[in-house]
Formats: sequence, structure tokens, C-alpha cells
Amino acid sequence: MSELSALSLSELRAKLADKSVGAVEAVEAALARIETTEPKIKALISVQAEEARARARELDATGPDAALPLWGVPLVVKDVLATKDVPTTCASKMLENFRPVYDATAVAKLKAAGAVLVGKANMDEFAMGSTTENSAFFATRNPWDLSRVPGGSSGGSGASVAACQAFGALGTDTGGSIRLPASFCGIVGLKPTYGRVSRFGMVAFASSLDQIGPMTRTVEDAARLLQVIAGHDDRDSTSVDAPVPDYVAAMRERRDLSGLTLGLPAEYWDEGLAPEVAEACAAAVKKAEELGAKTKRVNLKLSQYAIATYYIIATAEASSNLARFDGVRYGYRAKDVDDLMDLYVRSRSEGFGDEVQRRIILGAYVLSSGYYDAYYRKAAQVRQLLRRDFQVALSECDALLGPVCPTTAFKVGEMTSDPLQMYLMDIFTISTNLAGLPGMSLPVGLGRETGMPVGLQITARPFDEATMLQLAGVLEANLPGIGHPAL
Amino acid sequence: MKISSEEVAKVAGLARLALTPEKTARYAAQLGDILGYMDKLAELDTTGVEPLYTPVDQVSVMRDDVVEKDYAREDILKNAPETDGAFFIVPRIV
Repeated sequence: MSELSALSLSELRAKLADKSVGAVEAVEAALARIETTEPKIKALISVQAEEARARARELDATGPDAALPLWGVPLVVKDVLATKDVPTTCASKMLENFRPVYDATAVAKLKAAGAVLVGKANMDEFAMGSTTENSAFFATRNPWDLSRVPGGSSGGSGASVAACQAFGALGTDTGGSIRLPASFCGIVGLKPTYGRVSRFGMVAFASSLDQIGPMTRTVEDAARLLQVIAGHDDRDSTSVDAPVPDYVAAMRERRDLSGLTLGLPAEYWDEGLAPEVAEACAAAVKKAEELGAKTKRVNLKLSQYAIATYYIIATAEASSNLARFDGVRYGYRAKDVDDLMDLYVRSRSEGFGDEVQRRIILGAYVLSSGYYDAYYRKAAQVRQLLRRDFQVALSECDALLGPVCPTTAFKVGEMTSDPLQMYLMDIFTISTNLAGLPGMSLPVGLGRETGMPVGLQITARPFDEATMLQLAGVLEANLPGIGHPAL
Repeated sequence: MKISSEEVAKVAGLARLALTPEKTARYAAQLGDILGYMDKLAELDTTGVEPLYTPVDQVSVMRDDVVEKDYAREDILKNAPETDGAFFIVPRIV
């Protein structure tokens, strides 16, 4: 791998700013790395080579601009985010030929900040899955071990960044879809507070849970991407009009963890963890203590109900959101239909994959007359109680620490036959979405048994991404790095 | 919670999906397992708990009712499977 490709986004930025590297050079490094690694990991659904080269030439013609925080930086975005005139497929046959007429707000902000889009990342179809095997096109492999999954649903983004194809990526997280692939691929993944980032132009899965966030090789890189995409947007009424702090400046304010109290939820630590995950995460907690943090046990008693709650709410919302795919205005349309109803039914049945159909039906069922109170309303009530649990824990602690997932990345094909087994992998990540809190995954080591990356999950108070980034930054600086996968 | 193949087919129909008999039976078994798992919520007493449908407080945001034209008709129609240049075309309804 070229020295240039191995740089972090923040390092590349400095070189672009002092003109020791040009935008074209950065883009060519990304494209060359994509060419050599893509046959192995298959992280990208499409590559925008010519558009990226043309954009880089334009940038080089005018020279670095200090007002553009991502000037010349090649990035990848998950294929669930609308990109103007560039295919946006959601890894579904339904949207195989869809070319949006606008950019998602998060994408528009990256471009306005000078970033260059080089690829659209693979994912589980409509973001439904935890392994990126559930793409209608192909499965993505983990760059650390090609026989293992990268996690999902933002597995293409995770694998791409870990393989140094680009200097950062956007993913989306509805129940762990940024944090799980970040953990499995050994990179940093940050799910912002619900409302921190506009979802305009993100193809909706579960609207009360979805967030867009950065996936990067360092904590500072994540801070820089979050800085650009955060903030209110008139086009998303759930985006909150609250000031966005200077995250990088906040990170620089902290060298140790003195004065911080970190909660360790008993339900996340006490059982069911692979020994190598427990070890790596416990070592990171010990390091946090050495750096001055106080730790204390807390309880999130309702954790055992989180998966049931989540899969009721998420599928209910998905069944409503995905009703828009009717074969009329965009997307797949079945051939030789008899009438309008036949057009709807056959376009949807032929266009959606297996897991998407299963979730639509489950969602329609829990919303249907006679079951609404027992499932959907009940789940919304439990969600309220779950959030209260977090509020209590976070009133005593500045952040919570635990593993992202009970295991490291599993083998390809291991989880595909039993959907319920797959849902259970989300156990530690989904509560964060239900409560609307910010969460991130920080690589803290390689598992003793599998040699695969282990992610520590940090959960913070609403809109307190700054504390989360400070904590992650200090830990990153004081833990041995895991390096890059040998690809 | 058991769910019959007939129920699965009925709900699929409501969601405008048509399943093969094989798939209906497979979904019935899988959804039965998933719903069985979800039934554990019934253990919790949630009497008087206000449901939480969204984590943000500002749900209905008001803005001025002003017409804005963001996109050209021909651009919007480009993604449609069938158009006559001005409208989306669907099979005859009446």
C-alpha cells in the first residue's frame, strides 16, 4: 500500500493544505487502492472514478482553500444516501437503476466542504442486516480475514475505510449499523444523537431510529467529518436546531480522563461475552482508570427487552417507509402486469429481497388491527422505560462503556439461515438508538483467539458527542494501535 | 406466538406482497419464532407509561407555507419506469 493511502484523513488534510499532496494525487491514490483491494473485499457498489478525477482537477486548479475543511479528501458514502446523478441503490434490485436528482444534505455538506466522492459503499439491502451478506448484488468481506463478514449494515463503508480505499466514509445506524461494522473492521464509527445530523436524502428505514454518521481510521477524523455534517436542516424537521461545538478543539482540551465518571452496565459485561472481547474491552477500561477516570457499575435492567422492542418498532416503521416503492414513480417495475394492483404486488415481490419482505410483513403484522396494542404500543412504552434507564445511568456518569458486540467478526454464512439469531447480535447497540443517544465504536485491540478487531462502545448524553470524542481520543492515544489489515 | 400460513399470506397481501406457498410456510415458521421472542414484553407492567414514539421533543415544526420549485419535471420523470413526457403512466384504472 502507498504511504499516501495509509494516512489518516487528518494527516492527509495537512498535506493537502501545505500543497505537499494535490487533490488529484489523493484521488489517484484512492482509486489505485480501490483497484487492488476491491476484487478481494467487494466493498463498493459503484466507483465514481471519472467524476472524482474531474472534481480533483478543478480543486487543484484553484488550490487549497482553508475555508473548506475537507478540501481534496476522497471519501466513500453508503449507497443509502442520495447522490445527484450517481446511482443510489440501497443494495436492492428495487433501486438498481435509480439516479437521484439531488444530494442528501450530508453528502451536499461534504461536497461543499471540498470532499471528493470516490465510491458508493455496499450494505445490507435497505440497511436491514448485520453482515453485509444481505446485499442484492454481492457480499462484502472483512479486510482482516476474507473468510469473515465485515458486519452490517454499513459493512461496505467499514471494509472500505479499513482497507484504506478512502480516508473516511459515511454510514447510517438504525440499530448498530455504523458501530458493528466499525467494531468488526477495526475502525472508528460514530452514531450521532438522534437529531444531530439531517437525514434528508437518506432512504428511510426506521425514521425514529435512523442517523447518519462518520466511519474513519482515527477519532480526530470522525470529529472532522461530524463537524461538517452536523447541524439543523430545514429539510429534516427532526434535525435539531442546537449549536454544533468545535469537536476537534474539544478533543485538544483533554490529555487525560480526570474528572470523568464512566458507567459499566452490568447487563453488558456480566455474561455472554466471548472471552477475547471481554479481555480487550476490560483492558481499555483499565487504561481509562489509569488515565484518571472513575468507573462505576450501573444497571440497564431492561436491556433484555431491547431487541424485542427494537424489532417491533423498526419493522413497523420500515413497513410504512417502504410502502413508497410501488413501481410507479421510480424503482423497479414488473413486466407484463394485468392491472394496477398486479403492478404494485409484482413490482414489490420481485424488487425486494427476502429479509426486506420478512421485515415488511412483520411490521405490517405488529401494526395490524388486534395486534397494535399488544406489540407496537407496548414496545413504545417499553422504549420509554428503556430511555429512563439510560437517563438515570447517565445522570451519575459522563458516559457508559461496554463492548459493541459479544463476539468479533463471524464467518461468512454463519448467520444467514436464522433471522432471529442474527437479530440477537445487535443486543448492545440497539438501545442507544431506541433512546436516541450518541454512541461510538473505538478499536481497542485484536482478539486473542481470532486475531480480529474488538470495538469498545461508548455511549454519552444527548448532544454530548464532544465528551465521547474526548474520551475516545485520549484512549486511542494511550492504547497500542491495531495497525492496518494485511491485504 | 404461532402464526399460520394463512395469516402470513393475509398480512403480505396488505403490504402488497405475494409469496409463493413455500415462502409463506417458511416465513410463518420464522415469524412465529420472532413473535414468540417478542412476547416477552408482556412480562413487563407498562400501565400508565406514556409511549415514546420519537426521541426528539420538537415533533411538529412550523414553517411559512411558501411554494418553492426545487426540481424540473423532466428530471423527476427520468427515474420513472414509464411516462408520456409529462405524467407517470400506470395500467388503466377505470
